[in-house]
Amino acid sequence: MSDLHNSAAKLSRRNALQGGLALAAASALPAIAQGTGPIRIGSTLALTGPLAQTGILHKIVGEIYLKQLNAAGGLLGRQVEWVLLDDQSKPEVTRTLYERLITVDKVDLLIGPYATGSILAAMGVAQRYNKILVHHTFGIPSLAKYEMHFPAWPIGAFPEKTVTNRVVDMLAGKVKTVAVVTSKFPSVHFLALGARPVFKERGINEVLFLEFEFGAKDFGPIAARVKDANPDLLFMGAIGLEGNQLLEALEKLNWTPKNHFYTYPTPGPLALSPLGKDALSFTAYEDLPPLNAAPGAAEFGKLFTEAAKANNIAYPYVETQTGASYSAWQVLIHAAAETKSLDDKKMSDYLKKNGAPTIIGKVRFDGPNNYGDDLMRIKQVQNQRWVLVYPDEFKTPGAKLIVK
Amino acid sequence: MISATLLGQSLLSGIFSGCFYAMLGLGMTLSWRYLKVINLAHFAFVLIAAYLTYQLVGKSGLHPLVVAVLLIPLFFALGIAQQALIDYYKVNEFASVIVTFGMAIITEAALQWFWSADYLKLESHYLRGSTQIGTLFLPIGEAVMALIAVVMCAAVWAALRYTWLGKALRAGLDNPQIAASFGVPNRQLSYLVAGVSGATAAIGGIFVALLFTLAPSQIFAWLGVVFAAALLGGLGSPIGVLAAGLLLGVSEALTMAVIAPAWAPVVPFTLLMVILLIWPERV
Repeated sequence: MSDLHNSAAKLSRRNALQGGLALAAASALPAIAQGTGPIRIGSTLALTGPLAQTGILHKIVGEIYLKQLNAAGGLLGRQVEWVLLDDQSKPEVTRTLYERLITVDKVDLLIGPYATGSILAAMGVAQRYNKILVHHTFGIPSLAKYEMHFPAWPIGAFPEKTVTNRVVDMLAGKVKTVAVVTSKFPSVHFLALGARPVFKERGINEVLFLEFEFGAKDFGPIAARVKDANPDLLFMGAIGLEGNQLLEALEKLNWTPKNHFYTYPTPGPLALSPLGKDALSFTAYEDLPPLNAAPGAAEFGKLFTEAAKANNIAYPYVETQTGASYSAWQVLIHAAAETKSLDDKKMSDYLKKNGAPTIIGKVRFDGPNNYGDDLMRIKQVQNQRWVLVYPDEFKTPGAKLIVK
Repeated sequence: MISATLLGQSLLSGIFSGCFYAMLGLGMTLSWRYLKVINLAHFAFVLIAAYLTYQLVGKSGLHPLVVAVLLIPLFFALGIAQQALIDYYKVNEFASVIVTFGMAIITEAALQWFWSADYLKLESHYLRGSTQIGTLFLPIGEAVMALIAVVMCAAVWAALRYTWLGKALRAGLDNPQIAASFGVPNRQLSYLVAGVSGATAAIGGIFVALLFTLAPSQIFAWLGVVFAAALLGGLGSPIGVLAAGLLLGVSEALTMAVIAPAWAPVVPFTLLMVILLIWPERV
């Protein structure tokens, strides 16, 4: 808790201003690495395959960020070009494509792909070539051993404990039983398994624990078991649509969870479905006050909403994935601008020492495995929109935590 | 101790899943057996029909029955067109896997282009809700889907078993030259099978749209288990694919209810391997 509050306080106007001015600062600095062409930043994203629903969000964010950056003069006096490849949601393809980006496309810098497995694959390649790798939404900090990786998604070094403790703090004394139901997708499985001892320590009785394979389609029997257990809190290790699938199956049994938490839901379907009412999740950022008060954040939110609507995205608001994505770009460009360099080692040393200001807040990298503070907050679906409900200082104006 | 209600509810869920596998597998098993085409594009047809249903019901406000009246003939024609291409390029059984896989990949990209990669849910009042029977809940949408799947399988079985067309198809399969000398129009019959297969994809797609959330990457979501159902049921057997679908669906559901959901995906392929070992001539 104290980490959260201390770090949250660091989202000061000054830091935010720093972040907001990064684009302009980057262009104003004298050019080093005096190439004549554009600076090329390489990455892959899951543009097809089972993670494409989220991959497209990261693509939109990258395009917005680079458009803003280049409109402000680029980086170190040069325009910036994004070499983006489709990793098909497959870590093994990601690995090959990052090799290609470095050895064939000869990009100047790398930025991470989406999803834990792919980020880990890219990290291995970056390590082999001593390239700095800033990435977004990596879910298992203990696996990130490379000294020049920088997670822009501030979940802290031990999210399996800190996130669950925050949920329990929020629900203090209001729930007595929990059902932990989790996909075996690695990052959500990790969080759900980590949550179990926390619930036990905090005196919440686990009445059901179920694991299912990622990609499961039939949630009927799982729903029947959840209904049978009748928990006060359904804690679901869910990624993508799995939360919706379980809720739809529960609806067919005429049963609604009293309180329900999901680890990594795709934001749109859960928020927009009537079944997602009061659903809880954790977030680093939502395009809502007070978080979007940082300079540049409101403009980004507006541009994202326009682009998302043009791309038929059902939930066209900046939230945790897209916020983290934007902050990853901010971290990378901030490091280059501040060191006046594209030197991976110099940028890495700078980030470790100074962290970086982002729309999410000041992101630090001085803890275990380059993780800093856990800046995650709790959000809830209210009126088909995710709003922040905990901690109090980040509550969306007018929002109130609903616990049954 | 597992309750009777939990067991019964899981059994119902398994029956519905099994019928859904049969609905998707029917067209596939027919084209595999009678056309020698291992048609992975069947799943692409299903998803195209699902997205069209989403568009026509969700955006244009048409009734799903009207959509069925539009899509079934359209996909009948698409099935024939696909078969005409396969004939024209003389694609053999094994090559058909690659060719139709390519078609499915192109379809995925096209769906993403038109509707985005984002999840889409058809929020409509059609086939929503459940009815209670004793302590069990019967979801209306799944129940209607299961009924239609059973009717489809039974109708195709009866057509194959009792009509001249069915006999001609089987004769053509045994020996096309001799069948042709008796007046069996092999090519026309192959187009009929392809058309029926396409039409079943349309029906499957309508139910995918009504019962599931859509994403282009879902093209192969049911591939493995439907393959297993087609093989277990015996290629070309509508009743076989229904029985196999039910066996798989119920086994998966009971595994989820009694043991653990994580073990459910192991069931179809374990059953397939066991049956292939003890009854290899089944496939």
